[in-house]
Amino acid sequence: MSTRSLSKGCFVFKPSPKKRKVSRTTAYYFREGSSDLEDSELRFATCQSLQKQVKSETEQIEEELNEQLFDNLVSFLRRSHSAFQEKKTEWTCRTKSREIPTAALVLGVNVTDHDFTFRSLSEVLQNNVTPYIALLEAKDCPGIKNLMQKLLGQLMNCCIDVDSSEEEDYEHVSRSRVRCSMTTLINWYESATKRTDSETPGKKRTSSRHWQSPPVVVIFKDMESFTTKVLQDFVVISSQHIGEFPLVLIFGIATSPMIIHSLLPHSVSSLLCIELFQSLSCKDHLSTIIDKILLTTQFPLKLSEKVLQVLINIFLYHDFSVQNFIKGFQLCIVEHFHSNPLSVLCCQLEEAKRRVNSLSHNQCENVRRLPSFRRYVESQVSEKQIALLTVDSSLKEAVQKLLEDLNVYHENYFPILRCLHVFTSSLPKYPLGKQIRELHCACLENRVWETEEYESSLQLARMLNKSDLVTMLQKCVEILVSSPGREFDEIVEKLKEFLTQFQKLEEAYQERDESISPQKELQKKTNLYHLQKTLLELKESRRSKKLTKFEMLRFEVVDYIDSLVRHYLVPADHKTLHEIVYFNTASVLREHLNAAPRIALHTALNNPYSYLKAFSTVVTAAEGPTADAASSDQVDDVIHARFIRAVSELELLGFIKPSKQKTDHVARLTWGGC
Amino acid sequence: MSLAECRSAGALEVKFVPDEDVLRHIADDAGIKVQKGKNQLIANPKRFVKKLEAISDDEAQEVLEEKSYVAVLGVCGEESMTNGSSVGGGEVYTFQTPKRSNKMAELASELAQTPGQSAVPDPSKCPEKTAKTPQSSKRSSSSQVQQKTKKNEFVSTTPYRLRKRLADAQLESESEYSASCSEEEEGEEAQKEVSTVLSHQKTPAKTKAVSTPPSRKTLTKKKDNMNDLVEEYFEAHSSSKVLTSDRTLQKLRRKRLNQQTLHDLLQKSPLAYAAEIKELNQQYESLFSKWMLQLHLGFNIVLYGLGSKHDLLEKFRTSMLQDCVHLVVNGYFPSITVKSVSVLNSITEEVLDHIGTFRSPLDQLEFIMKRFKEDSSLELYVLIHNLDSQMLRGERSQQILAQLSSLPSIYLIASIDHINAPLMWDQAKQSLYNWLWYETTTFSPYVEETSYENSLLVQQSGSLALSSLTHVLRSLTPNARGIFRLLAQYQLENKDNASYPGLSFQDFYQQCREAFLVNSDLTLRAQLTEFRDHKLIRTKRGADGVEYLLIPVDDSTLSDFLEKEDEDI
Repeated sequence: MSTRSLSKGCFVFKPSPKKRKVSRTTAYYFREGSSDLEDSELRFATCQSLQKQVKSETEQIEEELNEQLFDNLVSFLRRSHSAFQEKKTEWTCRTKSREIPTAALVLGVNVTDHDFTFRSLSEVLQNNVTPYIALLEAKDCPGIKNLMQKLLGQLMNCCIDVDSSEEEDYEHVSRSRVRCSMTTLINWYESATKRTDSETPGKKRTSSRHWQSPPVVVIFKDMESFTTKVLQDFVVISSQHIGEFPLVLIFGIATSPMIIHSLLPHSVSSLLCIELFQSLSCKDHLSTIIDKILLTTQFPLKLSEKVLQVLINIFLYHDFSVQNFIKGFQLCIVEHFHSNPLSVLCCQLEEAKRRVNSLSHNQCENVRRLPSFRRYVESQVSEKQIALLTVDSSLKEAVQKLLEDLNVYHENYFPILRCLHVFTSSLPKYPLGKQIRELHCACLENRVWETEEYESSLQLARMLNKSDLVTMLQKCVEILVSSPGREFDEIVEKLKEFLTQFQKLEEAYQERDESISPQKELQKKTNLYHLQKTLLELKESRRSKKLTKFEMLRFEVVDYIDSLVRHYLVPADHKTLHEIVYFNTASVLREHLNAAPRIALHTALNNPYSYLKAFSTVVTAAEGPTADAASSDQVDDVIHARFIRAVSELELLGFIKPSKQKTDHVARLTWGGC
Repeated sequence: MSLAECRSAGALEVKFVPDEDVLRHIADDAGIKVQKGKNQLIANPKRFVKKLEAISDDEAQEVLEEKSYVAVLGVCGEESMTNGSSVGGGEVYTFQTPKRSNKMAELASELAQTPGQSAVPDPSKCPEKTAKTPQSSKRSSSSQVQQKTKKNEFVSTTPYRLRKRLADAQLESESEYSASCSEEEEGEEAQKEVSTVLSHQKTPAKTKAVSTPPSRKTLTKKKDNMNDLVEEYFEAHSSSKVLTSDRTLQKLRRKRLNQQTLHDLLQKSPLAYAAEIKELNQQYESLFSKWMLQLHLGFNIVLYGLGSKHDLLEKFRTSMLQDCVHLVVNGYFPSITVKSVSVLNSITEEVLDHIGTFRSPLDQLEFIMKRFKEDSSLELYVLIHNLDSQMLRGERSQQILAQLSSLPSIYLIASIDHINAPLMWDQAKQSLYNWLWYETTTFSPYVEETSYENSLLVQQSGSLALSSLTHVLRSLTPNARGIFRLLAQYQLENKDNASYPGLSFQDFYQQCREAFLVNSDLTLRAQLTEFRDHKLIRTKRGADGVEYLLIPVDDSTLSDFLEKEDEDI
């Protein structure tokens, strides 16, 4: 059946039921499209499990991050709710006060992440506070009528969730008929609470987690996109009824709290009793994610410097969306397992060792083809070389050992990286970057100790004062003690030794009688000439003076850190078999996530070959009439047709559009058009 | 413009144009605004060559810089395919700011001094000189050589556009100017003789475009009053009138091609580089199963790049989706809509076998989402050709499609062509779509996609409308046809009246009665309802509350229609 038709633009294809096979699984396509057939099933399974792991991990992290915010919100709800209950008893208050308790939730510009936040927020509220939650989005609510409809629909449905099925029919019927007004809402609320009240003896378990007469929480997910009128109307209407049922609003705000005042006039905003809540900034959020997911040995897959750079750039320059970052990471996982046959070894060490044993001959060849492995082979003695290149079993042995090395390398890398970060993050101007991810990228890119930035940061570190130095050393000890690395005992010992030496120094200082300090001498002189002279002398003496004990020690500490860096922070691509665990085709990622269609068009049009095409048209157009001079006005039909096609293609691509002012004229739209 | 060029074929020569010129031609600088006012270049193309003293050194440098800039671009294409190191948009779309601000002044003073002895190199000598690359002309010590290189370099870096425009300008000056700028016409003659008009563009390429005055006499005159030049300069810039010729295509005395002949003609013309294109396509076809994998993993796929992706997607459909439920949407189809008519209905009616109507597309969407969430065995592949077409690019359509595509069991694969297509999506939609981008530059002609675009200026516009008109009309009673004719004639009579509101119902009724077409206004109303249902007429309520009737078809189509009707009778 063709999809070309003049009367229809939409075609549905349904294979006949008997023909319809069990639809192919994802694994099938993984296998089909995979560059190499080896171990594809195992790879796919590993990929899936890793993805799942990452997903649950990120979700957990997000929950933890949001916990504080949610606690605050819940306590806010509690406060406003207790106020409502008090009011209920005081009749005077009830008639007077019409303020709606409102939480303004400033979430930041990463709108795409908000969905998740709101979902977990409503879950938390549902579990602990109230069953009556409505989530409203601007796109569903073009008018106040739609808003009320949506609101009632959601509230009445969630009511059903709590009460079991018996009420369902009744609710369904009524929902479509119900006139959506505030009165209906109040009636519904009264009946609902009454019902739960009367049912509580029987259903203690379900309702006990909610409060007495639970508040109705209405969440506006994207406050900014609501039309002013709808918001105003809703606030005004509901403020009339606030005494009759406990309503709480939550505004999700992406920009700044000022937006409330620009959206709502004073007369309306004065009806709200607003409290501000700030969520964690998305940058901190990202740092946590990177810290917990990329800078651990927990997940076998690692990202190379370029890939990480691409992901971070997309985050920083495009959307600030943590979700997108995670999505990019997920794509990395898929790509890695899909394109690299050896990724089958990209799993936990024990499992990987087992898998090495069952590698096929082809896979062994794949290992031999790895550039890093070739380098490794070349560094071996000749007999070993031959064995590695010809005998599969010895290769497997070597691979096992190398994998172990790689694992150890990672185990050491991350704690030392953190230690170094402790130092560099407190230096003025942050020569190696403020965030640990920048440091990580620098270390991955090339030997960090060869960079200028590293030089300057060491120099700055040599000027640190003692208290800073001591706290840093203490932090480092903490990091190293808590990390699983095996070789750290020694380092910890050494650092502790430094610490005790500092301690001693301090004591020594206290005991020592202070001679007249040069400062005091300075104070005596008032003559400018003398002052200058002493200052010069002082400078001289400082230059020639022997280093104090403290300075010696400081040098020693910095040198020691330097040696640690040189030893442990070797860039990953110097390690043998790094290809197995590092995903490094940043181009794929950039191409698929951060595509540049305009550049694609541009290069395609810029392509000399298509230019030739265009020029050949010009040529034929130029030659056509000269050959047939008699009818110089008559353009060849084919060329005319091609011209027409070219124009319509340009129009489709959006380069030109017919100009309104004159017939047969077009206006250029791109690249400096009108 | 190429048509115009063929006419002046005698003068036109096809030359090799170095890449950087082509680039400059396309990636034009900030300055290429509309040709303003009298800024037309009126000059003889053979004499535009101009010596530029004291600039060449810098110029060479600039050329060099541009070269490297082009090199970067060139690499970008290859790299994106292979190793793809990042090429930011900035490198492609940079504004080339002029490197010397006083260039205008320099040129002006120079103009006053040197034009007399300007040596005009014979164009026939040019080719061998052009062979020398600008690079080689860099910094030579002997002034003699330098002198020579200046010329070379000038010739070789003259932008193609400039040459073209000079030729155009010549044509333009011969032709009559449009009436819209008549007040300038008076000055035009004098202008032609007297002035050398400075190009207002600021880039180095453009400033070279100063034409030498056409006659010696005016030259001396010019020398005398530099002030004139300055005044003219500002005069040229003060007027923002767009000068367009009224040389419409009709003047070419070519009959307009209709869709069918166009199609036939194009079929006949061979596709250039078929083999390469085929190879390219095969490359993309090897990605099919990867696409399937990624679709299954929750991503959706969008294809971009030059060339029609219709065939590619069609191939994908036939090779991968034969055994699955799938929906093909031709976005380029002129009357496709997401909302009421096409896409959602296709899903609810044909995929989900649901009978019944929905109050709003949002309800319908909700229903679909619910069904797909409930029944995990349901799977649907959606192929959309041209997601960025006129009908689908609206905010609400995109929102609905995005929400659909965010369902885990709906797999969307779509193509986009428009250069600004990605602007359709904000952050929220983009995250719903969850796109993976694939560049599929196919270089194949947009046959299908453009065949529907009946708004095209070149094609016989409204042929589709015309055929539908005749079709519908043919099935009507003679009386009804007469009614429609009346309305059409009336509309044509008023076609020059820009504020023609339409024919009021009362007048129309009167006319119909006079022509014995209807006997009561009820019958007329019934007839009009039928027209309206077929979208043959539109009613509008005027400010005075009177109902006005209009045929929403452009005048030429309407007159064509009437002619045809007359033939039939």
